[in-house]
Amino acid sequence: MSTVKYDAHGNPYAMHYDSPEHEYQTGKQGVWLFLATEVLMFGGLFVAYAIFHHIYPEVFKIGAKFTDWRFGSANTIVLLSSSLTMALGIYYIQMKNNARAFWMLAITVICGFIFMAIKYVEYSHKLHLGLYPGAWYHGNLEEVAHHVGLSPEEIPANLALYFSFYFMMTGLHGIHVMLGMGLIIWTMIRLKRGDFSPDHYTAVEGVGLFWHLVDLVWIYLFPLLYLVS
Amino acid sequence: MAKNTPDTHAHDHGHGHGAGHNYLNHEKGLWSWLTSLDHKRIGIMYFITVMLFFLVGGLAALTIRTELFSANRLVDGQTTGAVVTASQYTRLMTYHGAIMVFLVIIPGIPAFLGNFFLPLQIGAKDVAFPRLNLLSWYCLLGGAGLAVASMFYGGADTGWTFYTPYSISLSKAVVLLVSGAFVGGFSSILTGLNFVATVHKLRAPGMTMNRIPLFVWALYSTAILQVLATPVLAITLLLIAMENVFQIGFFDPALGGDPVLFQHFFWFYSHPAVYIMILPAFGVISELIAAFSRKTIFGYTAIAYSSIAIAAVSFFVWGHHMFVSGQSEIAGVVFSAITMLVGVPTAIKVFNWVATLHKASINLASPMLYAMGFMFLFTIGGVTGIFLATTALDTHFHDTYFVVAHFHYVMVGGTLMAIMGGIYYWFPKMFGKMVNEVMAQASFFFIFVGFNVTFFPQFVLGAKGMPRRYYDYLPVFEPLNRMSTIGSYMIGTGFVIALIAVIHALLSKQEPVGDNPWGAKTLEWTTTSPPPHDNFEKTPIVTAGPYEYR
Repeated sequence: MSTVKYDAHGNPYAMHYDSPEHEYQTGKQGVWLFLATEVLMFGGLFVAYAIFHHIYPEVFKIGAKFTDWRFGSANTIVLLSSSLTMALGIYYIQMKNNARAFWMLAITVICGFIFMAIKYVEYSHKLHLGLYPGAWYHGNLEEVAHHVGLSPEEIPANLALYFSFYFMMTGLHGIHVMLGMGLIIWTMIRLKRGDFSPDHYTAVEGVGLFWHLVDLVWIYLFPLLYLVS
Repeated sequence: MAKNTPDTHAHDHGHGHGAGHNYLNHEKGLWSWLTSLDHKRIGIMYFITVMLFFLVGGLAALTIRTELFSANRLVDGQTTGAVVTASQYTRLMTYHGAIMVFLVIIPGIPAFLGNFFLPLQIGAKDVAFPRLNLLSWYCLLGGAGLAVASMFYGGADTGWTFYTPYSISLSKAVVLLVSGAFVGGFSSILTGLNFVATVHKLRAPGMTMNRIPLFVWALYSTAILQVLATPVLAITLLLIAMENVFQIGFFDPALGGDPVLFQHFFWFYSHPAVYIMILPAFGVISELIAAFSRKTIFGYTAIAYSSIAIAAVSFFVWGHHMFVSGQSEIAGVVFSAITMLVGVPTAIKVFNWVATLHKASINLASPMLYAMGFMFLFTIGGVTGIFLATTALDTHFHDTYFVVAHFHYVMVGGTLMAIMGGIYYWFPKMFGKMVNEVMAQASFFFIFVGFNVTFFPQFVLGAKGMPRRYYDYLPVFEPLNRMSTIGSYMIGTGFVIALIAVIHALLSKQEPVGDNPWGAKTLEWTTTSPPPHDNFEKTPIVTAGPYEYR
């Protein structure tokens, strides 16, 4: 049932709703329900992290030494700023300033790019040392120990587990960042096309909520993976 | 609420009730179906696909039973009694389980009957997000496609539970089947998300939460489970695939991982999933019992809230699958106690249904026969669930045919009986035609009797110690296995009769059945049969509860 109706102000809404406001409220609830599924999905990984951290605390303590807190902090700042620009984008749509809204959304996407670029640097550094996840790990023990200033005996035998978590958690998060960037670009195209108005911006609001959740996940990943040492 | 603007009325002009304009002839051609955003059409597409998957899963089941008809014996160096090889058998068992769980029972009631009737029962024009609804159907097809692809890579033989470490031993087939379940899971999530928002936001004026039909309450509870539990399955399946491809070592003991952690993850979804499978059936049964007793349902509030209670408790019982997996004794005792607690809200439902029958004017038409069959079989299934929740008994019954019999009594005796009853009940509304009552009752007879002949002996076999999943068994178990196999052929006959009855009804020329052939009181019966594209000519205004019989 896709037929579109228009209210007295010319705002469109699908005909199985009563009004654009009704559609907006329902859509927003749908997004929140979707975010609940995301939280539960990441929740599975966090539970696994908690359990293995309990069994092998030293793996995570040593493993985190291979991350650079400066890269992590930079990415935290980048993502937090992008959350601000995302929110400002919605604010400017509400204020009928579509040009500014467009720029805010664009900056948000650029922040996403910066985040992924920094991740790329971090990933290549680890892969270069042979710090692969699980059975693919092939770091040279001497070299690896030297890198963090420890003696080879201090490196836990299953250090690879840390990198399984590192790549699994940041990888799944990175996929979400890229999905979010794609969605923001989609809202930018629609904004240019004139789809949104102060009374009608459900899609931007939904994408914004998603983007904030992606940030929030990073806020947890940062201390768990970078700062546990 | 929505007023009927002239444009929504336009295509109804010149048509009266009955044989005129309806959702079936609103648009023509296969493409109009494959791109339809109409919840009724999507429901029918789910009907067809679920029935096809059911046929495949059912044929696998019949092959399994045929293999188990005789114990295999070595006579003159030749094995007799074998129909398939051991490795074919484990694959048949895996696909029977995976198909029936992920592609038949989970989508069966919500995505088919629920999709069609939830908006009608609350007086809405559609579900909240019609596009996501259509997408959910394609997710199910995508999942099924991956499952089929896995068969070309030798087929998975892990059982539908994908237990580690066997499932992570580098098999492409497992990766594909797991990905299929992952993609199919999105179908379930989207359906659940849609239903929660629809129930919250699209009820007709006057349709308060205390007036929604019990089928809607059941679907609503199910939808909450689908939204909250399925993502955990998603991450679990993703981790299995990652284990298989990248050997990340979360579940692999060789890499310091923990295989029991997989079981915890898996059952954290898959136990609530059991209620995703059975709660909608409770809803169908509530509708049938009320309609065919011609009486206000006894304990509406108790039945409604017990669905929510079951959904809530179901998140805290998963550990009962791991009584013998090395879980701590304290955990075992706690999970055992909480599991038994599920019996309370479930029994509340059964007692309320029975109380509704008291002094009622019962019409034993085919849907009601299925409802009665449900109550008989489900009660056996539920009570044997309490046996299994008892840690001492479970140590003996674990991984025996007792468990197989128990969950078939619940899933087939429960959910499939409800689907069948629901199909016969709502068939006149969906297609404007009645199913031949003699054929419908014959199908019930074969399925009901056949079911008991098949699965009751399995309780005995399990109690005697016959392990589940095995290709072969000791000759001492042969008589009961033969009985079970003969019963399975009766079930098969019953479903063939049901299929013929449905096709016969669809092809038959009949007088229009009218809006409400059963004299039921819920909203879907106030619109025409089949319903128009917009469901109702005028948005209904609700002034009373759903079961105002007497």
